[in-house]
Amino acid sequence: MKVGIVSYGAHIPRYRITPEEIGKVWGVDGKAMSKSLMINCKSVPGPDEDTITISVEAARNMMKRCDVSPKDIGALYVGSESHPYAVKPTGTIVAEAIEAAPHLMVADYEFACKAGTAAIQTCMGLVGSGMVKYGVAIGADTSQGAPGDALEFSASAGGGAFLIGSEKIIAIIDKTYSYTTDTPDFWRREGQMYPRHGGRFTGEPAYFKHVINGAKGLLDRTTTSAKDYTYATFHQPNGKFPTRVAKQLGFNDAQIKTGLLAPIIGNTYSGAVPLGLAAILDEAKAGDRIFAVAYGSGAGSDAFALTVTDAIESYQRSKAPTVKELNTNLKFLDYATYAKFRGKIMLGGE
Amino acid sequence: MRRVAIIGVGDTEFGELWDSSFRDIGIKAGLAAVADANISADMIDALYVGNMSAGRFIEQEHIGALIADYAGLAKSHIPATRIEAAGASGGLALRQGFMAVASGLHDIVVVGGAEKMTDVSDTESAVIQSSAADQEWETVLGATFPALHALMARRHMHEYGTTREQIADVAVKNHRNGSLNPKAQFKREITRETVLGSPMVSSPLRVFDCAPSSDGAAAVVLCPLEHAKKYTETPVEIVGSGQASDTLSLHDRKDICTMEATKMAAKRAFDMAGITQKDVDVAEVHDNFTISEILAIEDLGFFKKGEGGKATEAGLTAISGQIAVNTSGGLKARGDPIGATGLAQAVEVVTQLRAKAGKRQVIDAEVGLTHNVGGTGATVVVHLLRRV
Repeated sequence: MKVGIVSYGAHIPRYRITPEEIGKVWGVDGKAMSKSLMINCKSVPGPDEDTITISVEAARNMMKRCDVSPKDIGALYVGSESHPYAVKPTGTIVAEAIEAAPHLMVADYEFACKAGTAAIQTCMGLVGSGMVKYGVAIGADTSQGAPGDALEFSASAGGGAFLIGSEKIIAIIDKTYSYTTDTPDFWRREGQMYPRHGGRFTGEPAYFKHVINGAKGLLDRTTTSAKDYTYATFHQPNGKFPTRVAKQLGFNDAQIKTGLLAPIIGNTYSGAVPLGLAAILDEAKAGDRIFAVAYGSGAGSDAFALTVTDAIESYQRSKAPTVKELNTNLKFLDYATYAKFRGKIMLGGE
Repeated sequence: MRRVAIIGVGDTEFGELWDSSFRDIGIKAGLAAVADANISADMIDALYVGNMSAGRFIEQEHIGALIADYAGLAKSHIPATRIEAAGASGGLALRQGFMAVASGLHDIVVVGGAEKMTDVSDTESAVIQSSAADQEWETVLGATFPALHALMARRHMHEYGTTREQIADVAVKNHRNGSLNPKAQFKREITRETVLGSPMVSSPLRVFDCAPSSDGAAAVVLCPLEHAKKYTETPVEIVGSGQASDTLSLHDRKDICTMEATKMAAKRAFDMAGITQKDVDVAEVHDNFTISEILAIEDLGFFKKGEGGKATEAGLTAISGQIAVNTSGGLKARGDPIGATGLAQAVEVVTQLRAKAGKRQVIDAEVGLTHNVGGTGATVVVHLLRRV
């Protein structure tokens, strides 16, 4: 049975802040930081936005584009590292919001930045085995960066939702492969407000090792090479890492351009590859092949090979905003407003 | 007193060695030195290990026994001693080994140095390094290690007209040398602009004025000179060894632009060797900050006080200069795994005196010097080595 993406939706908050504005407060050369990270600005969730509202927006956009009845959705998983509740699922609220409740399986996932793609894999298994007709996989985050930490220049917000099924597929998922080790490069313990990270340790032994091994593992198993793909998207904690990893794997700038969103939205964590994939599906044509590798700290990578089908031609993309459209009508914030929006201002006695 | 030779050297690459533990690197350097010396483990009489702060970096004390154990020497029950004098731990361990052989107490001694610094965060590492300064009078009041060296730099600029560019030239030269050293942590050349455009750490010192946190180890094997030729064709004699101490706090010194301990340790080493600065071809000096190298080349007597910056700018300390300083890349580019540093200096000088330094070889190098500093100059160890 062929399993793939039946519909998709995205959401990105409209607020933005620049590295220059953040750098000004912390005595850091924001322009140099912007250049070295390849991030011009990052998205910021508004005071009323969190992982739940972003997930709901993305899922509703996904439902608008297809005529699938929400009652046919048998499973819904939300991957995030910023679930608003430590105990109480994000997924139940999303399921209710798209009217898929109560006859479905729901759970929240966490695997740092790749929980959303892990949800896609789960749905593939459920649909492929016939346990459910449709499954919804969402990756969304309002990621946290401690004030003054390097992460503050990149940690942003956004998410993507995918309806996984076996009928009217717009992109077949040809194969998926994961590469997983115990590598503590980035973590946040119970009760902590901000994550900690191992500095440069998050690079070579973490991101690069896992993304490259995940990508190579999938290329080997599909006997394909970089040139066989029209598009590629990689987890993007900044603009630099995915650009470098793409080059190392033999992908060129034209292949990664569409899915490279970090320069304009920052690092959306669990939302990163889902949004990259959504941006590609916004413009992909029948027959296009897509290569995607998500990375989650701790650490692992999920690699996917997809082929866009003829169904994309009649698919109603215009019923919901494209990623490009979500990146218009922006509102730039100063640091004080940003700090207020992100709950960084603590009042005494709270 | 017996004459003492270095008959074997070994070291690891310096850098962020995330795949290796403290004991891994310690053993790797030690085994390399033992193999280089053509000796077997059962011939080792004693082990000295230089290490500043394994207790805080990796929560492991009792380093002497640990390294002996993992080197497979537990059953031979050799004396194994850990030596600590902050940044000078390695150089001081070498001096202990030298004294043990010179005195006739031991014949074959292995001296190693190791530090594993990257298992803690950068902030923690900075705090641990600052414990080499005076906790009660400096550190607790906010004086970090870079801040104390920034004071020295500012004063040197004020007193002698040393320019910010001249100080940057130390880093430029040492990165150039590091680019010729396959074991260096930083193998890329940089420019003055790289240094002057890097983020500020403590004015006037910037990121590229500071040696990095590093993992690494280095070791040497010592024996009486009279036996040295039995093991190697190219023994190197330790002709001078000097150690000196000074006030722990920088502010208690008469002049913060001079490290009196460097002057005294150098005098003692030169007196023992019966040679002068003019005889030295190659020197590995303690450039934990760029300004430190300028102070060092002045206090060691290679240049007049106040002339260090100008000499560096004029290229007098380059590999082909008047005296080749930090051919390995120094602490700045070779890396600074604190306890290993003093021994890495000895490894580099021995490599130079054996004419095995490849692209960074100083032509006809016969005499070399190592200069290892603890804290802001409260402990200094200087050794003079000569080709046999």
